[in-house]
Amino acid sequence: MSARVPLPRWVDVALLPLLNLVLAFLIGGLIVLMVGQNPLEAVGIMLYGAFGYGSGFGYTLFYTTDFIFAGLAVSLAYHAGLFNIGAEGQAYVAGLGVILIALALNGNPWFVTLPAMIVAGGLFGAFWAYIPGVLQAKRGSHIVITTILFNFIATSMMGYIITRVLKPAGVNSDESAPIDALSRVPQLRVFWSLFRNSPVNLTLFLALIALVFSYWLIWHTKFGYAVRALGHNPTAARYAGISNARMITVVMAIAGALAGMIAVNNVGGVQGRLILNFVNGAGFVGIAVAFMGRAHPFGVALSALLFGALYQGGQELAFSMPGITREMIVTIQALVILFTGAMGDMLRLPLERLFARRQSARVGG
Amino acid sequence: MTEAKPEQASAQRLERAAASPLAIELIAINKHFGPVHANRDINLAVRRGTVHGIVGENGAGKSTLMSILYGFYTADSGEIRVDGNTAHITDSRHALRLGIGMVHQHFMLVENFTVLENVVLGAENSALLRPTLRKAREAMKRLAADYGLEVDPDAVIEDLSVGQQQRVEILKALYRGADILILDEPTGVLTPSEADHLFRILRTLRDEGKTIILITHKLREIMAITDEVSVMRQGAMVQTLQTAETSPAEIAELMVGRRVLLQVNKAPATPGRVLLEVENLVVTDDFGIPRVKRVSFSIRAGEIVGIAGVAGNGQSELLEAISGMRDQTLGTVKLNGQPLSLQGDDGAARAREAGLAHVPEDRLRMGLVTNFFEWENSVLGYQDKYGGGLGLDRSGARKQAAERIRKYDIRPANPDLKTANFSGGNQQKIVLAREMERNPDVLIVGQPTRGVDIGAIEFIHNQIVAMRDAGKAILLVSVELDEIRSLSDRILVLFDGQIVGQADPLTADEGQLGLLMAGVHEGEEHPPGPGTLPDHVNPIERSLTKLGPKQDSIT
Repeated sequence: MSARVPLPRWVDVALLPLLNLVLAFLIGGLIVLMVGQNPLEAVGIMLYGAFGYGSGFGYTLFYTTDFIFAGLAVSLAYHAGLFNIGAEGQAYVAGLGVILIALALNGNPWFVTLPAMIVAGGLFGAFWAYIPGVLQAKRGSHIVITTILFNFIATSMMGYIITRVLKPAGVNSDESAPIDALSRVPQLRVFWSLFRNSPVNLTLFLALIALVFSYWLIWHTKFGYAVRALGHNPTAARYAGISNARMITVVMAIAGALAGMIAVNNVGGVQGRLILNFVNGAGFVGIAVAFMGRAHPFGVALSALLFGALYQGGQELAFSMPGITREMIVTIQALVILFTGAMGDMLRLPLERLFARRQSARVGG
Repeated sequence: MTEAKPEQASAQRLERAAASPLAIELIAINKHFGPVHANRDINLAVRRGTVHGIVGENGAGKSTLMSILYGFYTADSGEIRVDGNTAHITDSRHALRLGIGMVHQHFMLVENFTVLENVVLGAENSALLRPTLRKAREAMKRLAADYGLEVDPDAVIEDLSVGQQQRVEILKALYRGADILILDEPTGVLTPSEADHLFRILRTLRDEGKTIILITHKLREIMAITDEVSVMRQGAMVQTLQTAETSPAEIAELMVGRRVLLQVNKAPATPGRVLLEVENLVVTDDFGIPRVKRVSFSIRAGEIVGIAGVAGNGQSELLEAISGMRDQTLGTVKLNGQPLSLQGDDGAARAREAGLAHVPEDRLRMGLVTNFFEWENSVLGYQDKYGGGLGLDRSGARKQAAERIRKYDIRPANPDLKTANFSGGNQQKIVLAREMERNPDVLIVGQPTRGVDIGAIEFIHNQIVAMRDAGKAILLVSVELDEIRSLSDRILVLFDGQIVGQADPLTADEGQLGLLMAGVHEGEEHPPGPGTLPDHVNPIERSLTKLGPKQDSIT
């Protein structure tokens, strides 16, 4: 007796996220008004900061790279019905793999170290996601709980390793030894002067490849078919002879490897060393990116770009409008996450009613 | 299908009913859901003191019509008259005030409340519970005496059988003063004897002057209990008939819009070599309680073996274990003489590989991913056969799906549609096409026609018989005894996880099968029915001595 009529596809994939975004910015604008600033001016500064000049755009793309990987790590697991909250920790642990292999191969040119860093980062990230995967598959420990806990374990473990093991003698700050400049992932400004001093690097193209790869994997392979069958209906998946346990562990490992690429972008491409807490929340933003992008690689690309622009434009805003503090920027970012991620379906029911009425009016009249 | 009541008595009552005023009159009811015209210009007249059946295929608009009457939906246009007065029913409370009560297909009971508490729930007319309960207890006693609705008022709902729970639902409606009772598919969850009990209650209610509207798709129920029957098709009212003057064939034809064969036409079986062998199978449920207890049987090529039994006696677990969906505790399953290794959560893949196809009992829970496109579901279980390497051969799968859609007349004929948008019968055809077209040696079919329209039932039955004639071994499980009897070449009766009897569908007596299904042992309190032959008794007794209660401690 459900009288609910599904939304037209364009409303579902385009209008609904757009409305959510507008709502978030409206409320964000109200907050800017409340502190006595001009919201329109703030939007202008944000847009200019994110896209208006080469260096700003480079930073936007750098953040976007992180968010694409994090968003894919969450999306892929989501297709298998798994809620991977652990991209943050998976990326953090992957940093260890990246720095170890980079330091071992230190001095070699980047085209030797980059593939090695991708493999090592992928393996370490995969390992950190594999354990919760096994615990879910074999012991039924809920993946949400275990991945959250594994984020905490990663923080403590990596803190110990960086400060007690990797930190060279005689260095004051908590970080590993640096990678030689020629062994780091080349930054795009080397090829395009447009990007000036921004950190966007070759990993961006790896992210684009990962997007295409994910699309192919999910919708064009037998593996992806099994993943989606499991995600939609685990009983039917078992009926189809798909081992739920094996799928869960493999999917989690691939998701962890995707999250691990964040470490290549940061450790291998920007800092050139392993520093404390380099992931800086990108893994968590990935959850919002995945939800806003409806777990589709194309959507993930768009929403990652949006969040990248928000991050970069937000920093620009805090810099140029002294009345707007960093906390306020975080508030606006949080509003976007709230409206597009957590409350993303808030407008669905009213929209469904609206479109059902339009439809029946067309039929009746 | 025997007409139990004497023609004359029913004719007399109909005359009386014809004179009696109309309890419900629906005039030109229309209802749209988006582009769907669910009810079009429906006229219906229900006479006071009769049982009025409403039949139609799934999606014919029966439930919508009753929901309008019960105030769940509002009609777009049209008029409702209750006892001759025009009524604008706004919600179910309003309907109840007008004396209309509904017994839903899925019970609306609080599981851990007592019967009495459930009866008064929502009808407490005082802040204190005690006086209400006292009053309700009195009322229940009266209702029990008047209508034969005996239920222990202090029993907790979850301890009651399904039939008793249904009685509580009826009591709830009557306690609220219902004069007109709407029952939506009331026997779907009942055993045959519970259904008989329900019909006795309904007859009493009718004789006491209540009006009953019975929604069903089972023709034998229509014939057994209704006085008049209204047939709906595709949102429209086709015709209202006097039950005594019609036949199941006529009703079926009106429902589907064409002539339907209610019997399965099949030649005698010519069993060949043994294809499926089950030995000493023990299967436990999710809580570790044994549900299948040392079951052994075999099926030959070109033979349909039907498993009869009341739902919940181990049929589901048996099917799931043989098809690799559930680990077995003990025993072996042999296909073509080779033991199948079915343990582990990918046992289904190995069963399929060995040549076993499985049409599951619950297509929505197990057999289909409703969020998938039709073509995606048409490869479910065989996905690894499409395309070499890692890639899935999407265009090949889609092309094949389109062919099967044509062959099995699946509607709408669009493989790129979400499976959830297909009707139950068409979803079942998607599953059947997938499992049958792979040309398996053994086909396991659970509830092949559950929730399927009459037109599709005929098709599905013919397909199953065709598989048999092609030399496949078929294991059939169904709660519809009629289906088991008309399709099977051999019937095994499962009770409490054990095979308690075997019967030949051509000679088996329904009463006898019913007793076996209910677990009543031969020669105890019930004398053998008139149709029981000695050669039926022997295998039963043999299996009883073999499968005594001693064997319960097998795990």
